[in-house]
Amino acid sequence: MPRITFIEPGGLRRVIEAPVGISLMEAAVQNGVQGILALCGGACACGTCHVYVDAEWFSRLQPREEMEEGMLESAWEPRGNSRLSCQIHITAEFEGLEVTVPQRQGAM
Amino acid sequence: MISTIVVVGGGQAGAQAVDTLRREGFAGRLLLICDEPALPYQRPPLSKKYLSGELTAERLLFRHRAFYDEHRIELKLGSRAMTLDPRARRVELDNGEALTYDRLLLCLGATARRLTCPGADLAGQHYLRTVADVTPIRAAIKPGSRVVIIGGGYIGLETAATCRHMGCEVTVLELADRVMNRVVAPSVSEFFAQEHRAQGIHILCNMRVTRLEGAGRVERVVCADGSETAADALIVGVGAVASTTLASDAGLPCNDGILVDEYCRTEDEAIFAAGDCTNHPSLRFGRRVRIESVDNAFEQSKTAALNLLDRKIPHDRVPWFWSDQFDNKLLIAGLSQDYDRQVLRGEPASRSFSVCYLKGDELIAVEAVNHSKDYMAARKLIADRARMNLTKLADANLSLKEAVAEPVTRNTPTGS
Repeated sequence: MPRITFIEPGGLRRVIEAPVGISLMEAAVQNGVQGILALCGGACACGTCHVYVDAEWFSRLQPREEMEEGMLESAWEPRGNSRLSCQIHITAEFEGLEVTVPQRQGAM
Repeated sequence: MISTIVVVGGGQAGAQAVDTLRREGFAGRLLLICDEPALPYQRPPLSKKYLSGELTAERLLFRHRAFYDEHRIELKLGSRAMTLDPRARRVELDNGEALTYDRLLLCLGATARRLTCPGADLAGQHYLRTVADVTPIRAAIKPGSRVVIIGGGYIGLETAATCRHMGCEVTVLELADRVMNRVVAPSVSEFFAQEHRAQGIHILCNMRVTRLEGAGRVERVVCADGSETAADALIVGVGAVASTTLASDAGLPCNDGILVDEYCRTEDEAIFAAGDCTNHPSLRFGRRVRIESVDNAFEQSKTAALNLLDRKIPHDRVPWFWSDQFDNKLLIAGLSQDYDRQVLRGEPASRSFSVCYLKGDELIAVEAVNHSKDYMAARKLIADRARMNLTKLADANLSLKEAVAEPVTRNTPTGS
């Protein structure tokens, strides 16, 4: 299982062994990562599982689809490396992935 | 001193409340009473990816068992709270166990409204509310099965889409003159009805079901117009009713939900309530509401948890909703009742558009079809009571934010 690091809003680094096949959001929620709310459970409907993906990794992910782009546009402090973690599906290549959880979630 | 908090109900609201209470530092005894045997889980996928088998029950869970153990949350699974004695501050469970509390949070949820017509007691009818409800539905919806769905609301249409996807012959019988009539504009109803028809689903409106017929189990649905629809399986999605019995039997005032104030408190100062079961004041919309949604369950229970700890924080959020039907996503922000005008942005034929609701020139709700941009922008603008420029609003080339009316500049001292 690839090890993924979530940097929580308080700065705490949480290293999680995530099973392949689930989403990055699910891995975070099931392990109680602070700041990932994921209210809609992965339907791309709430914008509360926003993360910033480490630059080195960002380009290696499947690109954002239009629906995700639209959600992120009004998210809290969107950046070029913003993603909704529910739209990222974990593969074996994710060993060492690092993402940062923003200070807030939702429509801003 | 608050040493014991009991939360009744293991849905979205109950699960969120115990999480918040621990995160906020409540160190006393914390109990979560769930009448279902499963660990708290998400309900929205039940009519979609869980019904289709794409998601396992494990993936519906909010948290693994270890989370509850680690945070010393005592789970009482498969236990129903039977009576509540506010004077003694005691809840009694169906196994006879009595629990005393210093603070009680009721997250009782809602139950599926039942049919009452002749034949409503026949076997072969399904309601969809819990994970256990899904098992017999899955067994009944084989490719080629004739599935009749009563009710063209969220549950009815989502289930219709899933059943069709699985190869069933699907008919939806809707009482009103259009689908989702209580929650969306006619243009949105029309769009979704067309999408379903294009997939081969029979959507029939103005259909009043008068009786169910069959030898021991439902075989036909008979409507007021005399029509009969043959059914191998019948799924009923005709709304939900707030679960208030525990509260009303205890003498707590209820009226379409347990009455709570903006701090989620009932008439009893030690008892709070959150989620689908509450009737609460909406500060943004200036009236009492009962909202059935994941978002409200989450936000209200989070606020209730803080108020259980005497933080005195009002529940004041703009509600939002979503529905997935085939590859279409309906996203709704705000509450559309009591509006003065609707403004359409974009063309339904493009399969991405939105309908804005205005009270005066203030934005109060947006229904966005495959248009996450308008939806997310709307959530903020509705909360801010943004006033819109109607001409700009109708121009789909402009963003919703660009359609906000010029702000009235105020002469406020800037300080130094």
